[in-house]
Amino acid sequence: MKAAVLVFPGSNCDRDMAVAFQRAGAQVSMVWHKDDHLPEDTDIVGVPGGFSFGDYLRCGAIAARSPISRSLVAHAGRGGYVLGICNGFQVLTETGLLPGALMRNADLKFLCKPIDLTVETADSAFTSGYVRGQRITLPVAHHEGNYNIDPATLTQLEAEDRVAFRYTDDLNGSTDRIAGVLSGNRRVLGMMPHPERAVDAAHGGTDGVAMFRSLVESLVAA
Amino acid sequence: MQEPEITEDLIAAHGISPDEYANILRILNRPPNFTELGIFSAMWNEHCSYKSSKRWLRTLPTEGPQVICGPGENAGIVDIGDGQAVVFKMESHNHPSYIEPYQGAATGVGGILRDVFTMGARPVAAMNSLSFGEVTHPKTKRLVHGVVEGIGGYGNCFGVPTIGGEVRFHRAYNGNCLVNAFAAGIVDTDKIFYSAASGVGMPVVYLGAKTGRDGVGGATMASAEFDDTIEEKRPTVQVGDPFTEKRLMEATLELMATGAVISIQDMGAAGLTCSAVEMGDKGELGIRLDLDSVPQREDNMTAYEMMLSESQERMLMVLRPEKEAEARAVFEKWDLDFAIVGETLPEDRFVIMHQGECRADLPLRALSGNAPEYDRPWVPTPEPAPLGEVPGIDPIDGLKALISSPNYAAKQWVYEQYDHMVMADTIRTPGLGAGVIRVHGTKKALAFTSDVTPRYVQANPARGGMQAVAEAYRNLTAVGATPLATTDNLNFGNPEKPEIMGQFVGAIKGIGAAVAALDMPIVSGNVSLYNETDGSAILPTPTIGAVGLINDYETDMIDGTAREGHVALVVGESHGHLGQSALLAEVFHREEGDAPPVDLAAERRNGEFIRANHKFIKACTDLSDGGLALAAFEMAEAGGVGVHLDADDMATLFGEDQARYLIACNFDEAEALMVAAGRAHVPIASVGRFTGDSVRFGASEAPLDELARIFRTSFEATAT
Repeated sequence: MKAAVLVFPGSNCDRDMAVAFQRAGAQVSMVWHKDDHLPEDTDIVGVPGGFSFGDYLRCGAIAARSPISRSLVAHAGRGGYVLGICNGFQVLTETGLLPGALMRNADLKFLCKPIDLTVETADSAFTSGYVRGQRITLPVAHHEGNYNIDPATLTQLEAEDRVAFRYTDDLNGSTDRIAGVLSGNRRVLGMMPHPERAVDAAHGGTDGVAMFRSLVESLVAA
Repeated sequence: MQEPEITEDLIAAHGISPDEYANILRILNRPPNFTELGIFSAMWNEHCSYKSSKRWLRTLPTEGPQVICGPGENAGIVDIGDGQAVVFKMESHNHPSYIEPYQGAATGVGGILRDVFTMGARPVAAMNSLSFGEVTHPKTKRLVHGVVEGIGGYGNCFGVPTIGGEVRFHRAYNGNCLVNAFAAGIVDTDKIFYSAASGVGMPVVYLGAKTGRDGVGGATMASAEFDDTIEEKRPTVQVGDPFTEKRLMEATLELMATGAVISIQDMGAAGLTCSAVEMGDKGELGIRLDLDSVPQREDNMTAYEMMLSESQERMLMVLRPEKEAEARAVFEKWDLDFAIVGETLPEDRFVIMHQGECRADLPLRALSGNAPEYDRPWVPTPEPAPLGEVPGIDPIDGLKALISSPNYAAKQWVYEQYDHMVMADTIRTPGLGAGVIRVHGTKKALAFTSDVTPRYVQANPARGGMQAVAEAYRNLTAVGATPLATTDNLNFGNPEKPEIMGQFVGAIKGIGAAVAALDMPIVSGNVSLYNETDGSAILPTPTIGAVGLINDYETDMIDGTAREGHVALVVGESHGHLGQSALLAEVFHREEGDAPPVDLAAERRNGEFIRANHKFIKACTDLSDGGLALAAFEMAEAGGVGVHLDADDMATLFGEDQARYLIACNFDEAEALMVAAGRAHVPIASVGRFTGDSVRFGASEAPLDELARIFRTSFEATAT
C-alpha cells in the first residue's frame, strides 16, 4: 500500500503521519506542495496537521490552492483515498472535498489534551477496525476545531452515515459534537483528533493503531 | 541623511557612561559617528556584554566529559551517545513580555528556538519558567493570558512540543514579570555548526525575514529627543512570525546538509551588529557589510536603524562561495530572502557601507573584546532571622490552602494551550515533574526540568542557588534519568546596588557548588538584570533548566502516578524544616526563616539510589515546595486513588527538607527497597499507603474528589 504525505510550508505533523503509516506497513513518500503530481500508484494521500502557510488568511485556505492540491482533488475524484488530520481536515474543507468549515474553538483557546471520542460508523476503510459506538481516546491539538455545518447538510451527513467520530463531551463548540466526517463515497476522511499521536504504547494510548492498520489492510486487499 | 551630532545627552541616551565613552575615544582615536555610537551601545549594553556578571559567570563549572560545547556559543551541547548530542539553552524575554505580553513571550520562544537550530539541531522540546505578580494586581491576568497565548502561538505553529515549565505568582513581580524560555534540539555530533567565521573574502549571507524598524534599540532603548528619523511610536518590542521561523529552520537545516555553511549566527538582540561582530570576533577576521543589499521591509532605513533593528527570524552565515547557487535554491524553495550582504576581511575591521558611503569603520575585536567589565561592589545577604513559632492547623486545611493557590494548583489551563505532543515523541506530558521525549527512532529519551524557589534565594542566595540545582537533579532522577548538564537563566534586580549584586554573587556560588557536586555543568545561560520598578526588585530568580538522559525508556523510565494498594515510602532524611516553606507563605503569609539546608552529598547518594533501584519503583516524585503532603496528594490525584499518611504534624507533612523523594510501589518491592537502602546507607521510611477515595493525614480526612476539584479549578478561577 502506497501512501503520499503532503508537505506544505508550516506542516508540522507530516513526519508523525508518515511514521504511523509506516508502522502499519505502508510505503510512504513525502510530496512537496509545489509538485504538481502525486507519485504513481498512490493509494492514499495524507494531509497532515500543522500550520500550513502559518494559518494566514484562513486555516488551510492557501494550502488548498497549492499546486499539489489540484492533484489531491483529482485523486479523490478518481475514487482515491484521502486522510486529513487537524490542519489536513481544514485543508480538505477548503478544497471542497468535505463539507463544513472549522472555526475558532468556542472558548477561543488552543487546546491540547487526550479526549474521548465515539466511533459513529465502522463502515469505511478508516474505521472498520473499530466497532460502531466504541469509545476511543485520541489527543487533540487545535485552535480552530469548531466544526460548523448548515442544518441541511448535517441532515444529509446523518442520513448517509458520514459522521465518523463525535466528541463524547462538547469540546470546542462543534455542531453536534462532530470530530470527523467522511465524503459521500466514504473514501475521504477529515478529523480534528490526532490518531497518529496514539500508535505506540509510549504515547500513553494506542487507539489510533486500528485506523492505520485497517487502512493498510483494506487498501492492500482492494 | 544627516546623522545627529554626538552630544553628552545622545551618549547618555545610548546607555554609555562617561568612562565608557572615554574608552571609545581611546580605541578610535577620534569621536564615533552616530551609527558607530549605536554599534558600541548595542555591543556594550548589559544584555550583550554581560559586563556586570561576566566576572562571576567565569567561576561556574562548565566542563565535563559529556560537554561538547560550553557557554559562549548560541547554545550548549552535550553528548548523549551513539554519535548524537542535545543542544539547549534558556533565555529571558522579561522586559518585552511586560510591555507586550503576547509578542514579548512569542519572540522569546522564537529567539531560543533559533539559538538551537543555528547549531544544526532540530528543536525537539521547549519549556518555560514564568513569574507573575500577585493575582490581585490589575496587570497580572492580562499578562498571564498574553504570555501563555504568545508562547503557545509561537511554539505550536513552529511545531515543537512544550513539555514543561513553572508558573509562580508573587507581589515582587508586580512591576516586572519574568518569561524564561528554554529549548532543546538534537544533532549528530559530526554535524554541529558554530559561529566562528573562517577564510578571507568569503561571502557573508543574510537569510530569512526582511529587516524593518522593529526593535531598533531594543537592547539599549534609544530615547526620543535625539532622533526624529526613528518612528517613535513604533514599539521597541519585536513582532514574531513562527511560520517564517519554521521555514527558516527547515531551510537552514537543508542548507547545512549541502555542506555550504562555514559558520552561522542567528540575529537576536542588536541583530546585524551583534551577529556580524560575533562571527568575525570568533574567527579573528574582519567583516564588511553593504547595507544596500540587506532585504528591507521599510523604505528609507538608515544605516543606524538597520544595524540596530531586532526584526525576527533572520540569520547571518558565511558560505562557501562555490555553493552559492545550491544555497540560493534552498532558500527560494522555502520562499525566504537570501542575499549576499558582505564579505570577510583579513584585517581587524568592521566596515559598514550604505549608499556609497562608509557609515562605520571600527576595530571589530574591540567591540566585543574591549567591552567593559565591572567588578560591582557587593555585600553578602544578611543571615535571616530564625523562624518564629508556627501555629498548628488542621493538616487537610493546610493542603487545601496550597492547592487552592495559583502557585500550587494544577496548571492544565496553561499547558493545554501548548501543543505538548507534536513530533509524537512526548512520553511524559507536563503536569507532574520532568517532561520526557524520546530521541526519535531510538530507545533513548531525554528528560527536561526547570526549577527555582525564589523565596529561598531571597532568604539565602547561596542555599537558594544550590537548592534550584538540587531540585532539578531530583526532578530528572524521579523519572529515571541521569542528569547531564544545566542551563541557567539568572534574573535579578539592579546590579549597581550592592545588596542585589550580593544576591547574584551568593546565588552563583551556590549554583557553582551544586553543579560541581552533582556533575551537571553549566553549558549555556543568560543573565537578566535591572528587573526593578520604582526601586523595588524582583525576588532573585536564578532559573535552572536541566537535561537528563534515559538510556532505554521502556525499561528505565519511572512513572509519576500511584495506584490502589501502593505503599508510600520517603527516601531521604526528614527534619521538618518549615522556614520559607510554601505552607508558611500561603497559609500564614509569612516569608520567614532560612531556606532549607542542602546536603549535596546526600542529594547525590539518594539520587543514585533511586536510579539504581528503579525496577522496584512504580512511581516517584521529588519532595519540594509543599513537602510530603503536597507530593503525596499530587501523586494520588494523578492516579485517581486516595492516600493515607500516618503523620498529622505540620513539620512532617509540610516541611521542605531537601534530598528527598516519595515513592509508590507494591509491598514486596518496598521490602526490597528497604534492604537496598540499608546497604547503601540511604534513609528510607514507610509513611503511608495509596488507597481508597480519600486523603487522610493522621485523623484528618477529605474526599479525593473534593480536593481534586479544588486542585484542578483554582488556577483558572484565581489567575485568569
